[in-house]
Amino acid sequence: MTEKHKDTGTGWPNGEAPASPVPDQLQPAPPERDTAPSTSDRQAVAGATGERAVAGSNPLFRQVITRLNSPGVTIGLLLALLGFALVVQVKNTSTEAGLSAARLQDLVRIQSDLEAREERLRQEITSLEESQRRLTSGARSREAALAEATRRADELGILAGTLKARGPGLSLEFVAGPKPIRASMILDAVQELRGAGAEAMQISGGDGAAVRIIASTYFLDAANGALNVDGKRLTGPYTILAIGDARTMRTALSIPGGVVESVKGDGGNVIVWEREVVDVLAVSEPADLQHARPVS
Amino acid sequence: MIAVLALVAGAVLGLLIDPTVPAAVQPYLPIAVVAALDAVFGGVRAKLDGIFDDKQFVISFISNVLVAGLIVYLGDQLGVGGQLSTGVVVVLGVRIFGNVAAIRRHLFQA
Repeated sequence: MTEKHKDTGTGWPNGEAPASPVPDQLQPAPPERDTAPSTSDRQAVAGATGERAVAGSNPLFRQVITRLNSPGVTIGLLLALLGFALVVQVKNTSTEAGLSAARLQDLVRIQSDLEAREERLRQEITSLEESQRRLTSGARSREAALAEATRRADELGILAGTLKARGPGLSLEFVAGPKPIRASMILDAVQELRGAGAEAMQISGGDGAAVRIIASTYFLDAANGALNVDGKRLTGPYTILAIGDARTMRTALSIPGGVVESVKGDGGNVIVWEREVVDVLAVSEPADLQHARPVS
Repeated sequence: MIAVLALVAGAVLGLLIDPTVPAAVQPYLPIAVVAALDAVFGGVRAKLDGIFDDKQFVISFISNVLVAGLIVYLGDQLGVGGQLSTGVVVVLGVRIFGNVAAIRRHLFQA
């Protein structure tokens, strides 16, 4: 293109003023014509008319005008514009994803597509929320049922004596006087404690052997003043641990004609301690039920 | 040479300025670019054939762009803008391919 431009530069003044030194000085290179002569001639004619129209007295001015008028500059401008537009369009398309340049029909179609999709997604959300609610409530109710069942099992286990228990309560020590402690006295004490709200009890003998007292526990007088509790032989002094409201149980034990008084009447003594923490550690083996079945 | 430099300069300018295309011009710019590309390839082919003419190039460039824009505008007014744009692009694409084939024959003799 440079060669082309030079051709044009030399071509125009040649047509107008062949002897002008300025264009020669400006374009000293010999005209290497790679274009056909006919084209060059046409350019010369066209250039000459344009040159005549803007001809000025100042050679420098004329030269500037000539160069500004040359089609090469126009071509350069057009191509620069093309490059500019190309880049702008490419950048515009890549940044805006073409939505703003899209046509009305396309936009309507895209919008209806999006609306259908939105509707579908909304339905999906609704159904998912529904199933989530169902699962949550199911899990919660199952959890609650499990917690309730666990609590109930613990309660029943403590009442049935199959679980170790801990809590505030009393410690009773039966010290025998001249007569041994009779089983009926222990039974009275146990009944009294139960009536006063004892929740878990155990009885231990002087040798430390302990038996959990449950609903079916029996007390028998054994030989030599010993005690048979649930088939286990215990010797005095006996200690009963009871978990429950300590003050109520103590009151129940020491009423006139109650356990404490009758033991003292036999010459023995009952020492009652209120304890912050009583550990009922003896457990009873659960009996295998052979006949009874739960009714549900 | 100057033309290539001008093309590069325009592209660089576009990168640097990074203008937003006005909404009114947006449908026409891509078509105008394709039309101008057609003119440029035609010019390159003419140059290689040795029949390049400055004036003809300038006029064909401008008229290409204007006619392409006009067709798209007309299509928009008639409600077939999308189809007409496609048609214009197809025609110009065919022409560009033809010109490129001619250029290729010149450069590689194949």
